[in-house]
Amino acid sequence: MDYFAQQLINGLVLGSIYGLIAIGYTMVYGIVGMINFAHGDVFMIGGFIALITFLLLISTGLTAVPVILLIVLLVSMAITALYGWTIERIAYRPLRHSFRLAPMLSAIGMSFVLTNYSQVAQGARVKPIPPVITGGYTLHESADGFVIQLSNIQIIVVITTIVLLAIFTWLVSRTRLGRDMRACEQDQTMAALLGVDVDRTISMTFVIGAALAAVAGLMYLLYYGLVDFFMGFVAGIKAFTAAVLGGIGSLPGAMLGGLAIGLIETLWSAYFSVEYKDVAAFSILIVVLIFMPTGLLGRPEVEKV
Amino acid sequence: MTAPTTNPAKPATSIPALLKTAFVNALIALVLFSLMIGIRTEAGSSGQLTYWTRFGDLASIVAAVFGGSIVIELLRQWIGPTGAEKLVPPAVQSGISFIGRYLAPALLIFTLLVPVIFYNQRYILDLAILVLTYVMLGWGLNVVVGLAGLLDLGYVAFYAVGAYSYGLLATNFGWSFWICLPLAGILAAFWGVLLGFPVLRLRGDYLAIVTLAFGEIIRLVIINWQDLTGGPNGVSGIPRPSFFGIPLDNSDDGLAARLGIEYSPTHRIVFLFYLILALALLTNWATIRLRRLPIGRAWEALREDEVACRALGINTTTTKLTAFATGAMFGGFAGAFFATRQGFISPESFTFQESALVLAIVVLGGMGSQLGVALSALAMIGGFELFRSLEGYRMLVFGMAMVLIMIWRPRGLIGHRAPTVYLTKAKAISSDLVKEGHG
Repeated sequence: MDYFAQQLINGLVLGSIYGLIAIGYTMVYGIVGMINFAHGDVFMIGGFIALITFLLLISTGLTAVPVILLIVLLVSMAITALYGWTIERIAYRPLRHSFRLAPMLSAIGMSFVLTNYSQVAQGARVKPIPPVITGGYTLHESADGFVIQLSNIQIIVVITTIVLLAIFTWLVSRTRLGRDMRACEQDQTMAALLGVDVDRTISMTFVIGAALAAVAGLMYLLYYGLVDFFMGFVAGIKAFTAAVLGGIGSLPGAMLGGLAIGLIETLWSAYFSVEYKDVAAFSILIVVLIFMPTGLLGRPEVEKV
Repeated sequence: MTAPTTNPAKPATSIPALLKTAFVNALIALVLFSLMIGIRTEAGSSGQLTYWTRFGDLASIVAAVFGGSIVIELLRQWIGPTGAEKLVPPAVQSGISFIGRYLAPALLIFTLLVPVIFYNQRYILDLAILVLTYVMLGWGLNVVVGLAGLLDLGYVAFYAVGAYSYGLLATNFGWSFWICLPLAGILAAFWGVLLGFPVLRLRGDYLAIVTLAFGEIIRLVIINWQDLTGGPNGVSGIPRPSFFGIPLDNSDDGLAARLGIEYSPTHRIVFLFYLILALALLTNWATIRLRRLPIGRAWEALREDEVACRALGINTTTTKLTAFATGAMFGGFAGAFFATRQGFISPESFTFQESALVLAIVVLGGMGSQLGVALSALAMIGGFELFRSLEGYRMLVFGMAMVLIMIWRPRGLIGHRAPTVYLTKAKAISSDLVKEGHG
């Protein structure tokens, strides 16, 4: 039971990171109706920028951890958001009214560009950082000595996710930008006729998605203590799986899907085999989609005839 | 759904405005590349990260962006406000598809003669075999994506199934290539049906992610099922193909000795070349034939409109399953060939990158166009070879090329194609009129 509780905590933390990336997929899909294949690589770029900012700040002799974290968070969000904006301008905007496979292929091309760009720019080796946030709490100690632990970094990951999700839900449901986004999601032509700047709204969607991916990248860096140029692909597919599992286009669905994938992966590794954890996650995706073809919280697809 | 894009004729930009655009672009580049290019990190021997600055590289990239955006802006003004679409005028485009009718036979004759022309150039022969392998894979995937309109992002899984079927059967039981080839195709087709079942109800992007997941599952199982597949170490010592039982080697039994000619290692390469050419042509022939049969027409109907297709009484279940099975079978053949050519297979050859490459070949070639797929395989794989010396930059350039070609010609290189059925006279139809990849 204690072991299970510990795995539950680990799974929820991992799931929060997946959920943050999945929101980016779900938003772009909801508004533009296409899979942003490069989003996983944007997450990876975010991790790299966070790593480099850390390194620079530490070398200036700064020691106050909260200050460092805040600066790293802001810098990586800002630069990664600019990456998201640039990617939209180069690879997606010219293809917005093209047939469906074209933006998907240009997105795959963009993903190759980003992966290999960071390999060329930063080398292929794994980049570790020393643990920045240490310590934690012991929640429970059983008679046979098994300890349920909740580390500070786990708390930070979960709290950051909850705060961001709250901010983001507020943004979509209460602000002008959020209203424009929902309008574009319904009908881009109609929204444009009613005075919504569709181009700007779509750009902002990519910017916000990339900024959230940067936070996920930073959390990944803090939690696992390393980044490498290939991590975007695997995390990207997992997060995309999460978005589809939750019902693509739905924000709570993305978070729920992320948590589900994180839990499945962690529990499978804990009780069955580490090697097949990804197989388990993907198989469950397939099984869920057989019975719920639009995901857990997805709206049924309307067939236009 | 699509909003009309009006493209009003822009007035020629003034020089200050030009400089301003270039300056803004350079500034964006400076922010984008500041940390990633300007600072280089590396883990030292003790695991400690070190870094050094590369401001020179950063400055040259920013300068290149500044100069490049001026050049592009000037080019855009020179060509005209509509830009890329006018680059290839419609007359040239229809001219290309007119040549297409004669290009295909000419290309086939040239291909048949390649081993004669380049007999002693091993490198060119190897490259030709590689290109033909991708032509075959492209034609195989074309059945699923181009004809049936089912977006498959895990096609390489069937390639892997074919390769491992042959590799394992040949190394464990010593079966000959000619027995294993059909078996590899059948096994791959079986896996195609197995994938087909869960995705029967899915459409569009859901289909894409499930096929992608399926491809990854196959690869992960191959990596982790060490007892059977050798895991990351792969399968080695896969026997070379024989000329219908006669080995192609230096021995007294070999083909060269029997024919009484001097042995040369090129014989095997030439044999492999004709083998893959035959397999590719078989794929092409089968595809063209199937298109005219009821099943092929059902595929195309499914691509155009699934609801109408069902209303007409076409069984969409069997239609989808046969499309997956047929495409997978050709992938399996190609996989068996790959295994026998390499003599060694490992999971590294069957990554998502390969699936994306084959899909890119099909889409860039103009989906459904057999000639287009062959030409784009030649362009992509051949073009890929040009950058062999720039190892790290190869995929970078490839990715950029994918983006640029999609922006330039979203419908692929060959935008026209022959209709499957016609009343009296075949008219080329623009691919703009064809729905694709909706699942």
